Amino acid sequence: MDFSHILNSRKITTSVVLGVFLTLLSFGKLYAQEQKAPENSQETKTEQKFDPTETIMTHIGDSHFYHVGGGIAFPLPVILYTNKGVEIFMSSAFGHEGEEIHQGKYAKYALINDKVKAVSGDDKTIDTAVSVFDLSITRNVASLWMSVILLLIIFLSVASSYKKRVGKAPKGLQSFLEPVILFIRDDVAVPNIGYKYARFMPLLLTVFFFILINNLIGLIPFFPGGSNLTGNIAVTMVLSVITLLVVNLNGNKHYWAHIFFPGTVPVWLWPLWWVVELLGIFSRPFALMIRLFANITAGHIIVLSLISLIFVFKSVAIAPVSVAFVVFMDILELLVALLQAFIFTLLTSLFIGTAIEEHHH
Amino acid sequence: MNPLVTPDLGLVVWTTVAFAFLFFILAKFAWKPIMAAIGDREASIEKALLKAEAAKEEMERLVRENDSLIKQARAERDQILSDAKKVKEQMISDAKELAHKEGARMIELARVEINNQKAVAMADVKNQVATLSIQIAEKILQGQLEDQKKQDELVSQLLKEVKL
Repeated sequence: MDFSHILNSRKITTSVVLGVFLTLLSFGKLYAQEQKAPENSQETKTEQKFDPTETIMTHIGDSHFYHVGGGIAFPLPVILYTNKGVEIFMSSAFGHEGEEIHQGKYAKYALINDKVKAVSGDDKTIDTAVSVFDLSITRNVASLWMSVILLLIIFLSVASSYKKRVGKAPKGLQSFLEPVILFIRDDVAVPNIGYKYARFMPLLLTVFFFILINNLIGLIPFFPGGSNLTGNIAVTMVLSVITLLVVNLNGNKHYWAHIFFPGTVPVWLWPLWWVVELLGIFSRPFALMIRLFANITAGHIIVLSLISLIFVFKSVAIAPVSVAFVVFMDILELLVALLQAFIFTLLTSLFIGTAIEEHHH
Repeated sequence: MNPLVTPDLGLVVWTTVAFAFLFFILAKFAWKPIMAAIGDREASIEKALLKAEAAKEEMERLVRENDSLIKQARAERDQILSDAKKVKEQMISDAKELAHKEGARMIELARVEINNQKAVAMADVKNQVATLSIQIAEKILQGQLEDQKKQDELVSQLLKEVKL
């Protein structure tokens, strides 16, 4: 009884500390805007209306600048694959606010809605003669590579400690991550996939930790975190397409037979069956894509909306309420970060399991 | 269309590249050794547990065997002791009997010997007495016969005694 009491109090302490920490960070996050707003008002001499939608969309969207806070932003490399050739320059070429037109090697470029477009003239009319495929290192791409490097550092060091400590009990980071790895193996892969689970473990572990670390990086409210990578539809799309491919490329003859030759269904219904089944093949990864995207984006939007309340009401009095809710949401988002990584991995293994299951009709 | 739900193709490409890179590096240099190490350790723990179980069974078997051996040894010892006791008693009684018999025989022999010796001694005594008597008689006779008168007297006396 004593022990559980201590554990409880420690949990409470942890959450309080975490809460205070996150509160301070949340203040830091909006500090930039707080400073920016008066500046703008001074410039325009009129009360510029605070637009929460724009602020939130900027925060959860992608950008060619990496904002640190306090009006400081790192320029990021712009890589354009145009029909005339490859263009590489820094986004600072668009000016501090990204308003200027950059004269590249092959064409003029400007940022329109934070997207690089080829423009003709100085009035930012889109030049249709130049097709631009934007492969820039945007904020999300930078964050993506950061997470990749973090994952590599973490798991290569863990792997090396496994090599160093053969047959011994895990230690340090290794002992922290081993239960998670075992959880993915014993509670996600094995029950859903069955005895052939070992082949899919690398994919499931990579997907799980990739989503988890990006969810967590997204929760860090200051540089270099705060990017909404797993809440970006492009990222979740790639992940779900990987699931789609892995599931269907590994589908055994029972899986395909079930789709194309459903034994018990009358033959005249087969075309309809095919439509439904083919729809099912795509709808399941599609649901994965939307679920992860929506959950993470929603979390970011809620936190940002709560912070925006302070600026909407233009009152410091609202701040404690706002911050209290933000702390609550941040803690909830910690849970969601874990949960969504788990659900994505679980459903992926479930789909793989149904595709490689040995049916006995 | 809302920019939120419009996948940015550049990010799609980068995500694919980054994820593929991450996957292949981790699969080769992290997951493979980690899963192998965990598997090996689990196998060794399993083996150790089985061994411990086997050792326990072996131990129990040995204890059981020991117990039965002890029991058997005890029974054997008891058997041996009781046998020895019996043998001892038998021997004692045999010895007693033998001694008794021997004693009796020796007593008998002694008696016979004694009787024999007695007889021999008696015979000897008799001989001695006879010899002595003869010698005495001789001496007496010699004494008597030294004197004529006395010889006559004796003859007359002897004659008197002879009654026809």
